[in-house]
Order: sequence, then C-alpha cells, then structure tokens
Amino acid sequence: MRTLHLKVLRDLARLRGQAAAIALVIASGVLTLVFSVMGHDALSLTQERFYAERHFADVFAEVNRAPRRIADPLREIPGVAEVEPRVRAPARLELDGFDDPIRGQVLSLPDGRQPALNQLHLREGRLPERARSDEVVVSDGFAEAHGLVAGDALRLIIGGRLVEVRVSGIALSPEFIYQVSPGHLMPDYERYAILWMNESALAAAYGMEGAFNSLSVSLQRDADREAVIDALDAALARYGGTGAHGRDELFSHEFVTLEIQQLGMMAVVVPAIFLLVSAFLLHVVMGRIIRGQRDQIAILKAFGYGNLAIAWHYVLLTALIVLAGSIAGIALGAWTAFALVDLYMEYFRFPELSFRLQGWLVLLALGVAMVAALLGTLQAVWQAVRMQPAEAMRPPAPERFGRGWLEGSALMRGLGQSSRIILRNLARHRLKSLASVIGIGLSGGLLLIGAYQLQAVSHMIDQQYRMTLQMDVDVAFTDPVPPRVAGELRHEPGVLAVETWRSAPVRLHAGARSERIGLLGMDPEPRLRRLPSAQVGETGLPTAGVVLTDYLADQLGLEAGDALEIEFLEGRRRTVTTQLAGVVDEPMGTGAYIRRDALHRLKGEGPAVTGTWLLVDSEYEEALYDSLFDRPEVASVERVREAEANVREYMEETVLVFAAVFVLLAGSIAFAVTYNNARIAYAERERELATLEVLGYSRAQVSWVLLGEIALVSLAAIPVAWASGTGFAWLLNQALTLEFVRLPFVITPQLYGFAALGIIMASTLSGLLILRRLRGLDRVQALKAAE
Amino acid sequence: MNAIVAPAAGSGRREVIFHASGVTRVYRMGEVTIQALRGVDLEVYAGELVVMLGASGSGKSTLLNIMGGLDTATAGEVRYRDQDLAQASERVLTTFRRDHVGFVFQFYNLIASLTARENVAIVTDIARDPMPPEEALALVGLEDRMDHFPSQLSGGEQQRVAIARAIAKQPAVLLCDEPTGALDSQTGIRVLEVLAHINERLNTTVAIITHNAVIGEMADRVIHLRDGRVDSIVENPQRADPATLRW
Repeated sequence: MRTLHLKVLRDLARLRGQAAAIALVIASGVLTLVFSVMGHDALSLTQERFYAERHFADVFAEVNRAPRRIADPLREIPGVAEVEPRVRAPARLELDGFDDPIRGQVLSLPDGRQPALNQLHLREGRLPERARSDEVVVSDGFAEAHGLVAGDALRLIIGGRLVEVRVSGIALSPEFIYQVSPGHLMPDYERYAILWMNESALAAAYGMEGAFNSLSVSLQRDADREAVIDALDAALARYGGTGAHGRDELFSHEFVTLEIQQLGMMAVVVPAIFLLVSAFLLHVVMGRIIRGQRDQIAILKAFGYGNLAIAWHYVLLTALIVLAGSIAGIALGAWTAFALVDLYMEYFRFPELSFRLQGWLVLLALGVAMVAALLGTLQAVWQAVRMQPAEAMRPPAPERFGRGWLEGSALMRGLGQSSRIILRNLARHRLKSLASVIGIGLSGGLLLIGAYQLQAVSHMIDQQYRMTLQMDVDVAFTDPVPPRVAGELRHEPGVLAVETWRSAPVRLHAGARSERIGLLGMDPEPRLRRLPSAQVGETGLPTAGVVLTDYLADQLGLEAGDALEIEFLEGRRRTVTTQLAGVVDEPMGTGAYIRRDALHRLKGEGPAVTGTWLLVDSEYEEALYDSLFDRPEVASVERVREAEANVREYMEETVLVFAAVFVLLAGSIAFAVTYNNARIAYAERERELATLEVLGYSRAQVSWVLLGEIALVSLAAIPVAWASGTGFAWLLNQALTLEFVRLPFVITPQLYGFAALGIIMASTLSGLLILRRLRGLDRVQALKAAE
Repeated sequence: MNAIVAPAAGSGRREVIFHASGVTRVYRMGEVTIQALRGVDLEVYAGELVVMLGASGSGKSTLLNIMGGLDTATAGEVRYRDQDLAQASERVLTTFRRDHVGFVFQFYNLIASLTARENVAIVTDIARDPMPPEEALALVGLEDRMDHFPSQLSGGEQQRVAIARAIAKQPAVLLCDEPTGALDSQTGIRVLEVLAHINERLNTTVAIITHNAVIGEMADRVIHLRDGRVDSIVENPQRADPATLRW
C-alpha cells in the first residue's frame, strides 16, 4: 500500500495545475462561509458580551421633568429589576483650535460612581470625582477625533450656561456603540459628542435639581416587557413622558443589531450559493479527472488491487486537495473576517473584539467540500472499477456519432472539418458539455452577484441623495418654533430656498402592530424633499391621510386606503384615526409623511415647525453655517452632501468589502473552472489532435479544434451566468431587505456585460495556457501512448 | 473440429495449469457486436513456455485476458488448476490475479508517476511472497536504472520494468500480450531473453501472444489461433535460444 500512497503524492504533483484550481474553488467556497459566519459571530458575540458586562438597560423612557422621588416606586412594577433615573441635557461644545460648532448630549452619572445600568467602559482616565462639578468623561470617538486625553479642557454650554470642564476619562457605553446625533444616519465624531458628568453638577447646570428627565430600566428574566412599558407610560405620562420603549428602538442598538442581522443573512445566503456552486464544480471536475485515469485503474486491477483499495487511493487524492483548499479557505476566511470586523470597529465603538473560530464551522466547511468532491470522485471511480480490467485497458470504442439534426443543417455543411469535429464532440458529449456550460455559467453568476452588490449600493445612495433629498442643508430646531422663525432663515446669506417641516414623535398602530416613528409634516408639494412613488407622483402629498415608506407599510400590514391610528407622544398626546393615503418607495430608512396643515389639525395645535430644509448658494456656505450655528434655536445642521459622502464611505467600507471579496473569489472560480475544463478537454483530445497534425493539419487548425470547443462552451455559458446571477441577486436582495437599507433589485446591462466579460477573460486566459501546452505536444509520443 | 497435434510422448504426466473448453466471448465495440472467441479448447501445462500466434482479430488477446482473469468468458469452462474462473466473482478474480498471475502488456502500462523500483513495489506491496523489487529488476538487468521514471527509460527498458513488475510477486503464470510489439527487433530479442530466462530460472509458466511467427521458435508449444478458434498446436522438439531469432 505504501507505493500507492506514494502515487497519490506523485499524482498530485503531476496534476498540480488542476489540483490547485480545484483547491481554489474549494478555498473560495470555504472562505465565504468562514468569512461571513465568523464576521457575523464576532460582531454579535462582541455586542452580547459588552451588553452583559456593562448592564445595558432593557427599557428606556424620556420625560420632561419628573421628581426623583417617583423613581423608587417604579422598582415595584412587576418584572422590573433595576431603575436608573438620570438627567440628559443637550449641549454645545467649544474646543480650542476647532472652529466648527460641536453638538453633544450630556448624561448624568451618580456622583463619583458608575450607574447601575449602562455602565461606562473607561478606556482611559477615571470617572469624575465625587465632589467635582468640573470633570467630564467624553465618548471615545469624539476624544479620538480631537486627540483629547485626560486633563484637557473643554467649554460646555448647557441650558444657555457656560461650564468650564476638564476631561477626567474617555469611555465607551453600550448605549452608544453607534454614535450619531439625532436624525442622522452616520457618525460625525468631530462634531458630535457624548459626555458624562456628576449628576449634582449637571442638574445644577440644567435646572434639574431633585428631578430627572431620562430613565433606564432593566427587566427580570421572564418579565413581560410590554406590561412594564405600559406601567411606565402610565406612571410617567403626567411628567411629559414621550413613551417608554425597548432597547430595540434605541438607535444605536437598532442600527448595530440590524447590521448584525444583515451579516447573518449574508452568512447564510452567500456561502450557500458559493458552496453549492463549488460543490457542483468539484463534482464535475473531480469526476472528469478520475475518468482520465481509467487505464491506471485498470492496471491496478490487473495487479490484483481490490475495488476498495482503488477507491481509497482516489479518495485520498481528493481528500488531500480538499484539505489543502479547506485549510487555505479557513485561514483566509478568518483573516478576511478579522479585517471586516476591524472595519466595523471604526463605526461601532466596542471595547474589545470577541473573535473565535468555532469547531462546528470548520467541520461544516470541511464536510461540505469533502462530500461534494468525494461524490464526484467516487462516482467516477465506481464507473471505472465496474469495468472489466481488459475492457478498461482497450482503447475506448470509437464513440457513437450519429447523423442528428445538426448534420443536415446548413450550418454543418458550411463548416470546415475541424469545426465539424468541435460541433460533433459537443453534441456527442451532451451531458458533459452541459455540465461544463452550467459550471462555467454558475461561476459567471457568482461574478454577477458580486458586481450587483457594488452597483445596487451605489444606485441606492444615488436614489436617496440625488433623487429624494434635494436640499443642501437640513436644519433642526431644539424645540418647535413659530413658522416666522424659519422664515427668517430666508434672509441668511446664500439661502436660495426654504422649506419648513414639523416632526412629531408618534406611535403608529395598525391592529396589533405598532411602530414608533417621527411623523414628518411637510409642504403640500415639497420640492426639497421628494417622495418617490407611483401613487404620490410629482403632485405632492394628499390632502388627508399619511404616506409611509413601503417597507414600513408592509411591516404594519397596511395597504393604501387602510385605516391607521396615530398616537401622538407629545403635546396633548391625542390618539387619532386616519388612513394610509399612499406609499413611497424609499431604499434607505423609514418615514411617515403628512401635509403640515393636516398634522397640525390632527395634533390639535397651531402652526409650528421643528426644522427647515435649505437650498444654498455654495459660495456663501461657510458664512451661512457660522450664522446658523450662532442661532440658539438651532439644534443641528446637516450638510446633505457631507452626509452622502459619509454614507458612501460607510457602504464602501462594509458592504463593498463583501462585494469585492466575492468578485475576487468568483473570478478565481471562473478561471479555475474554465482552466480545468480546457485542461481536461486537452487531455481527452491529445491523441486526436496529434493525429490531425500528422495528417497535415496546421498548428492553427489543430488549435482551433480545442480552442473552438472552449470558446463555444464559454459562450453558451454566458446566458446561464445571466440567469443564475439574476437568481442569486434576487435571493441576496430578499435576504438583505432590512429596516435601514433595502437594496434595489436593479440588474443593468452593465452587470450582464460584466459577467460575460468575466467568463470571456477567464476562458481566454485558460485558452492561452492550453495553447502553450499544445505547442509542446509531442506528436509521436501522443500517438504511441496507449489510450 | 480443431486440428490438434497430439502432445509429445510423456506430456500426460505434465500438470495442467490452465484448462479451457468451449470458451466463447462476445462483446460490443461501439455499435458492432464482436464475436472474439468462438469455442476455444486448450490446456496449458505448468512450467512450459507457450506462444500463441495469430493475426489481428484472431482472439488471442481476449483468450489471454480471460486466462488472466482480466475478462470473463461469455460461455464455456475456464479453470486455473482446480479453480473455476468462468463462474468466479469479481472478488475471487481479484485475488486470483494478485496471487497467481503476472501481466506484461504491449504498451508496458507503467505508472508514469512512479520510478522503476516503485512500479515494481506497487505489486510487491500486495503480494503474498514477493521477491524484493531490487532483485526483480536485477533479474531483468536493470539494477542500475531502478530510480528512473518511465519517461527516462527506453522502450525496451520500460518493458523490462514491466516484466520485473510481473515476476516480482513470483507468480505461477506470466501472461505477455505482444511484449515486443512496440519494440525494435534487437530490443525485442533482449526482452524475449529475459522471458526465457525467467521461465527456466523460476519455472514460471509463460504464455506469450504475438503475431510474429518467428517468436514461436523459442516456445515449447505454439498455439495458432484463427477467427476465435484454436487452429493448431505445434510442439517444438527443441526450443530455440531467443538470441538466435531474427526478424
């Protein structure tokens, strides 16, 4: 048996090109699996551990002002484990050497110690000392953006009062893993900060002595969360509660969790597609390699090797290739997963990354690759050993070529001999040709989904920022203001157009389903913020009823015309019934829209606005920003182009890393498959090609027999690539439809072109490699060798 | 029905190693049905060197393959000593080939990825009582080329490796299918000398099939095949030394 093992190693060396190509296919399939599963696992594990370690609260509630004494009785609500009242204050910051205005929120800490819930993870320094009112802990993203260290000075403006403080520490909080200012999608660490200071100091500065305006609650195991929320709402309503909510409505948690979910979906769909394709290719390619060893199998049988021993020999050969591919795939997968998660770390502020390679994943990756390859191997070995050795050693009988429909056709008559050989070969080996076409087509399909992701993301951002959001600047006010205040902005430098909006926190109810959202009251025909929809069209908002993002309408189970209940979470806290007037197709975020006058009517209040959109002459931009930031009623100013750039950067760094990895892998697979296909076609035809040469055919004519076949198969594979790629893209699209981002299902001609080009390039490269081999063809040797 | 020349006096005492009677073999090649053997009756004796002569298509290779357990008869009786080969299972045939038969093929059929020594070792690995591969290679005069790969050996050398591979397990029977078919006459004679040497030295029964009538002169008996039948069997009173053969 030893010598047979030696043969395994020697065969591997001899088949190294093909073996490497197969290992590449395996490595690619395994890599996607390990990459996505590990990336997903690392993020969710990191989140889970951080939450547990830092006692992340389960329920949050905001009020205008509630006396501290009412907090303790809230602990008696059944299901409540811990209650942490605190003060939350909006603030402006000033930092020497940084001219742009900085916004932030300051949260209170029990004097000199960690709170019971949402504890800080100190990256540097310490908490403010017990008796000090001039120390703050700052969020690490902000500190990093400005190079702050413990001891640095800051000026805070809280409730109109200037407070001079020093940084005592830099920290992370489970509440702010994803740190964005309200209403924004992407973090801006330079201009937005989270700070923590002693409660006595913050309460004094913000006029909240003996009171709180924010509440965190943790639940007992098995608690009824909804019942707790209802009880809290009842207790806090008279203090201006805007409705308690679970952590799932906290933006940071929601965003991180959805990103993890998205990774989770990708981790199922993409590796499944890749592994299925790899499995198919392995099956086909290993089968063909083994069939090429038919004579060797016959010799081994002639010597008295049993079928099992022969099968084991080839199993070993396959297993070694699979093992090499899998190990490479696991190592590269882990490495890319690490790189991906590292990228996320720029956006998600976690203290440390929990990263692990789970045993089941390794086994799954190895198992899938092994089973796929062995199926192909054993099927071919079984066919070979079933033959009488004498029969296997005889040159195969001339294959049966019939005069099918192809023969009579004008096509066939018009072709030269060598082209006829190609067509007859393909027609004769219909199954084998079909397998090659499907194999190459599937690899082209993989190329298509990789490119699809790239394009869909870009398309989605275009749609959002170029079609929907037409304003240059989005200004939000701290509190509702009379429309005339917004009107004043028209006189600011460089302002070309102003459109005002009113946002009101509401809970939408449809049957048992409900969703918390900001209801946006707009002009009847908003020009600076379009509503892309067939129903709404360009004509603007309907006079009555609300318009929802189609995804939100689906979540609530509503269709246009259905009744809908709006519970206002501020002011008189009315609950009114209206109808869903229409839906808009928005790829990013969710929204609820209504005419501003209708909103006022439903809410039972006079005209008021909470923000404006501006169209700005870019020449005056800087002067405008300075002026806007000086207005006390302005809470935030968002430059839309900047936001777009941030979103693009985020997408490029996360989704596109995925996509780029896939395009690279799909390209490798496409090459590996076409190369193997060409290599095997060469081996199968070597004798025939030598014969043609001896008969006086030129090298070019002989090459055409081989290359023409490769070219035809590749061309036939292109429609398969288009069909399978479209299918894969649809699957991926379904899997990635989540609350923040819904990739549009747009397959453009460019994508088809990309997939086709990929296949053609892979085939050309393979063809060139085979041509080199063909040049080295030893006619005499090839003819003398027994088949 | 077949013109069988009676064996020489005293042959009755000889041990019959192969017995075939009424052997037929039909197979399909592509779209044609080929009747390769049409009722062969034959006996091969222990320790003799027989040459089976016949034109292309006479059925000689098919007969050899059936004797060696590489193929099975469509009908008829085939026995190796007391063992029935006609009804044997795949498993039994595998064991039979492993334990009793050595093959030499026209195109050597060496495994390209293994050296001469390893090509022999692949058989000795599974044999019951093999000689060391080195000894087998020395027997065929290749002690100096043991670590060469097939591609580094001449045709004659490759065939001698194939012979070494066949004899290394010390088989009772050596079956050679056109062993000189791919070689020039001088190299061919060198190979035949090796076969004769093995036959004499190890007392191995050797059956050589060829279409080259000259080779018949070195045999104890020459069996002529024609159209799938034994046409005649000629016993040589005196075996010729392969070195004296010319073609």
